[in-house]
Amino acid sequence: MIWNERMECMDPEDLLGIQSERLEDIVQYVYDNCPSYRKKLDAHGVNPAAIKDIKDIEKLPFTNKDDMRQNYPFGLFSRPLKEITEIHVSSGTTGNPTVVGYTQEDIKLWSEVMARAFACAGALPGDMIQIAYGYGLFTGGLGSHYGALEMGLTIIPASSGQTKRQLKLMNDFKPRILACTPSYCLYMAEEAREMGMDPKKSSWEIGVFGAEPWSESMRKEIEATWNLLATDIYGLSEIIGPGVAQECVHKKGLHIFWDLFYPEVINSKTGKPVKEGEYGELTITTLTKRGMPLLRYRTRDIVAINYDKCRCGRTSPRITKIKGRTDDMIIVRGINVFPSQIEHVLLGIEGTKPHYQLVVDRKAGELDELEVLVEVEEKIFSDEIKQLRILEEKITREIESVLGIFVKVKLVEPKSIARSEGKAKRVVDKRVL
Amino acid sequence: MKLTQVSVFLENKKGRLFEVCSLLGKNKINIRALSVAESEEFGVLRLVVNKPQEAVRILKKRSFVASLTDIVAVEVEDKPGGLASILKIFDKSNINVEYMYGFVEKFSDKAILVFRFDDPDKAIGILTRNKVNIVGKKDVLSL
Repeated sequence: MIWNERMECMDPEDLLGIQSERLEDIVQYVYDNCPSYRKKLDAHGVNPAAIKDIKDIEKLPFTNKDDMRQNYPFGLFSRPLKEITEIHVSSGTTGNPTVVGYTQEDIKLWSEVMARAFACAGALPGDMIQIAYGYGLFTGGLGSHYGALEMGLTIIPASSGQTKRQLKLMNDFKPRILACTPSYCLYMAEEAREMGMDPKKSSWEIGVFGAEPWSESMRKEIEATWNLLATDIYGLSEIIGPGVAQECVHKKGLHIFWDLFYPEVINSKTGKPVKEGEYGELTITTLTKRGMPLLRYRTRDIVAINYDKCRCGRTSPRITKIKGRTDDMIIVRGINVFPSQIEHVLLGIEGTKPHYQLVVDRKAGELDELEVLVEVEEKIFSDEIKQLRILEEKITREIESVLGIFVKVKLVEPKSIARSEGKAKRVVDKRVL
Repeated sequence: MKLTQVSVFLENKKGRLFEVCSLLGKNKINIRALSVAESEEFGVLRLVVNKPQEAVRILKKRSFVASLTDIVAVEVEDKPGGLASILKIFDKSNINVEYMYGFVEKFSDKAILVFRFDDPDKAIGILTRNKVNIVGKKDVLSL
């Protein structure tokens, strides 16, 4: 089914008028309500009155991660805090996390787009859904929850982890839909086999998988393993959380809900739009958000966009799966990890800045593993194994407390981390997605 | 009376110990005693050599992490209970041994053991009072 047929199937020519009106409104709105944005627009010489058409979007300045950091925690909010009903937090590039705020209207918007996403994946009102995204500060769990409520699904709010219990609930309650990260889905298959269950006989028919990059080959593996339809969902907390774009049953790109989240694909160096169909950085403007609307937010995700009408009847353009990032952020078990966070920890521990490297790997059927290699410097070296182990454990604990995921720290010899032009490569991603 | 030990950080990788030894050999540095302490993934090589400062300089030039550590070498009766009699002294005096290892060579009929204490000066005082023979730098060089 198509959840909001009027908006999702509107002739793009007609939608243009709505998008233009919404852009005009939102630019004036942030100018009037958010001092940081007013300053930014003034500095850029943009008079909100000059924004009349969606094409004028190119006159607006970009918003990026740095703006989020500088305005920590609430500086980009366009509503007073007492009108914000919910706050979510994801990891930032250094010390401060990224904070986003939703008004009641925004939560309604989030519910709407997540209902659109579930319908797009093939869910029907009355279906049972098992939500195995983490509930909490992470947007995955609650965002899915709101969408499922809106749609009238029967919700199992399982949250992430406790795999044996997840499998028991699936086995006993027979949910039709599963929402979790794709790697967790594969991990559950291993556990199921150990418990003597046949994954092929699971009740799940549809998977809504996201929060981390994955590939076509991983999709094939999941579909073959669990005998279900594996669809990709895209989102980021700055824009709304999950529910920015979602694949339909044809699995030919993710429909972006562009009446609400207006996409541009740009060359990340020049800031100019790339040719249609070419890869570039996805940039999104939230056309209707109230709590924390963002103009031309640079997602750092690299995609291409296809404006052809889809067989499913939706007229929205489709983005490809995320091909890469413009920065060195990696997503490990659904958590954003920036090398700069590790640097911060190391600097704090011994006052030195040793060379380090993050190595992410995923063994077949297992969860992502993050290993942090740290070159031993004279300042942190000891002739006693005991001291070196204490150091290793201290680094491990502090990184874990910053990232919230398990890491393995390994002390290595100086100059053993490969360098190019004197700079060490910070991230090695060995995962075969 | 303290001796200087060279400590080197090594990853548990094939050929690393050989590299250190051949590097020192080429530079005419003679290894008198040696021990390797290891954890799962890394180890610390401890060496008593004739020219410790020179050894550290050469190793650092080749990007090894190396440092100098104070140790105490003592003569121990080479007979059953020899080591125990020394350890008993430490035990009584509440001296903590971080680690220890032995010399291969001897310059009398006694064995030589290397001790790393958290407080070497205190240990030397107690050993002297107990009339234990401490091996000096000259003795090591003459081996």
